[in-house]
Amino acid sequence: MSQDTRQDNKDSVVRAVHLKKTYFLDGVAVPALKEVNLGIAKGSFVSITGASGSGKTTFMNILGCLDKPTEGSYYLEGTDVSSLTPDRLADIRNERIGFIFQNFNLLARTSAMENVELPLVYAGVARHERQKKARELLEMMGLKGFEQHFPQQLSGGQQQRVAIARALVNSPSIILADEPTGNLDSKTSYEIMAILTRLNEQMGVTIILVTHEHDIAGYAQRIITFRDGLVVSDTVNK
Amino acid sequence: MNIPEAFKVSTRALYKNKMRSVLTGLGVIIGIAAVVALVSIGQGVSKKIENQISSLGSNLLIVFPGSTSMGGVHGGFGSVNTLMPSDATAIASQVPDALYVSPAVRWVGQTIFQNQNWATTIMGVGPSFPEIRDWPIAEGNFFDKEDVDGAANVCAIGQVVKDQLFGGIDPIGKIIKISNIPFRVVAVMAAKGTAGFGQDQDDMILAPYTTIQKKLLGIDYLNLIFVKAISSSAVTGAQQEIESLLRQRHNIKSKVDDDFTIRNVTDMLSAVMNITNMLTIFLGSIASISLLVGGIGIMNIMLVSVTERTREIGIRMAVGAKRRDILLQFLLEAVTLSTIGGIIGIILGSVLSLTAGTFIKIPITINVFPVAIAFFFSFAVGVFFGLYPATKASKLNPIEALRYE
Repeated sequence: MSQDTRQDNKDSVVRAVHLKKTYFLDGVAVPALKEVNLGIAKGSFVSITGASGSGKTTFMNILGCLDKPTEGSYYLEGTDVSSLTPDRLADIRNERIGFIFQNFNLLARTSAMENVELPLVYAGVARHERQKKARELLEMMGLKGFEQHFPQQLSGGQQQRVAIARALVNSPSIILADEPTGNLDSKTSYEIMAILTRLNEQMGVTIILVTHEHDIAGYAQRIITFRDGLVVSDTVNK
Repeated sequence: MNIPEAFKVSTRALYKNKMRSVLTGLGVIIGIAAVVALVSIGQGVSKKIENQISSLGSNLLIVFPGSTSMGGVHGGFGSVNTLMPSDATAIASQVPDALYVSPAVRWVGQTIFQNQNWATTIMGVGPSFPEIRDWPIAEGNFFDKEDVDGAANVCAIGQVVKDQLFGGIDPIGKIIKISNIPFRVVAVMAAKGTAGFGQDQDDMILAPYTTIQKKLLGIDYLNLIFVKAISSSAVTGAQQEIESLLRQRHNIKSKVDDDFTIRNVTDMLSAVMNITNMLTIFLGSIASISLLVGGIGIMNIMLVSVTERTREIGIRMAVGAKRRDILLQFLLEAVTLSTIGGIIGIILGSVLSLTAGTFIKIPITINVFPVAIAFFFSFAVGVFFGLYPATKASKLNPIEALRYE
């Protein structure tokens, strides 16, 4: 992309404005995010890196609507979601956010197919339609024939591909990938990153990747680095 | 998520942990089975006692000599000799609510027919005794007023006496000896069964009371007077009329206690029913303690399950489950477990009580009401003991739940 995706404007899918998060441990205030202002354009592929304790996980949790900021606003597709009720946040997660986790987080003893269907179950989609969509996405992930396999019968790479299919099933606005290659060997890691790159380039899916590995972060068009609760660098890659 | 979807998720979770589900359900199964069995058996016993008391005769009043409170101590059956045949005659002629009246005297002794002998109760009664006690005649004709007036040596025998003394021989017209006095058998009574107090009514010989008074006992008083009221609504009226008549006849001044006691079968029945009903409730309450223990078992396992499945809850929340969805899922799991346990318990309890009923010869009927109550309770146990673990699950923080190892 020729355009500088760092530009924050009204079309940004994600906008953080004066975002702060403070934890209270035994009455002692621990600032996790001191002041974050940034925007992420629709259709971009962004990496968020930083050492542990830098605030990148906290930022990720807020972007994923799993946590609320202490101060400031978070706009997802123009809507301020920083003050919504837990039930409304559940709806936002269901409709607009796809999660990919380091440890895959698939339901055990539940088939690949049903894992992919899960967000649609909570969206109230009819069974027939759910299965159709789940089957399509598993096929796209190269898992045709594995629909009825349980996670423990699949390799790590296969499990992560099931998780990607699950993240895509509700056609979300953003995909949040938290160390998606952290539990995989390097060959499988490259496969997963190739899939994410393809999703971004061919289907225009917005991907926000959290990682501490430089080569993995290098797949993104833009790399944001956190340190001590602040954005310390925001560069265009390549 | 709608209820059918949540139900599917819950039943599958139960199915995945078969052994645990069965063991947890066992608490409710045993609790419900115990409640259903004990209540059914209790009701069966009530029914049996009710039948036995009713078999004494409908609308029946019994006049005993002696007061329940005379001298502070109840003298007991026949301890006072104040009841006279003329009292019975007076009741018959002056109490309009009395349909039949029969004087009665009682003796227990040996009876002999040829080489057979049998110790039994000999009741001296009037000719209307079968009508008073609703007791049909199986063979022959019951003795009449003439036999009573003439103190004839005739008798009617119960089924047990017939079997013991005669075996296969037709007893009608045969002579038996009661205390060495010959009596001609004129009738055999139909089988009536045990009265409520362990006494077999078929083990009895009936003879004119005059004969028993004069030839066997040498007395002129009565042990009892049986009165049948004209209808069930007339029982209380008859009782009052008899009381005032006898007080007048016995010259009892006001403020002095009666020298007789009148019992009516309806009162006896309701007194006994009160006791048996209380017993049934008592047994049911004890059994429901095991239901409570079963419920605590469910709560315990659900709490373990919530902890074990913290990650699952986190995943579900991350992909869009609301608190309500998680609550519903775990609540349905507890309720499904307890109601399935309840249904199995109802079946088991019914089978148990029916089996026990055939062994102890009690008529068991499985009534809809206790079964419905048991089912409702099993459902309620699931809701009550499932609510806390389900609420706990629904209040988990998704971030911490996802990170839970």
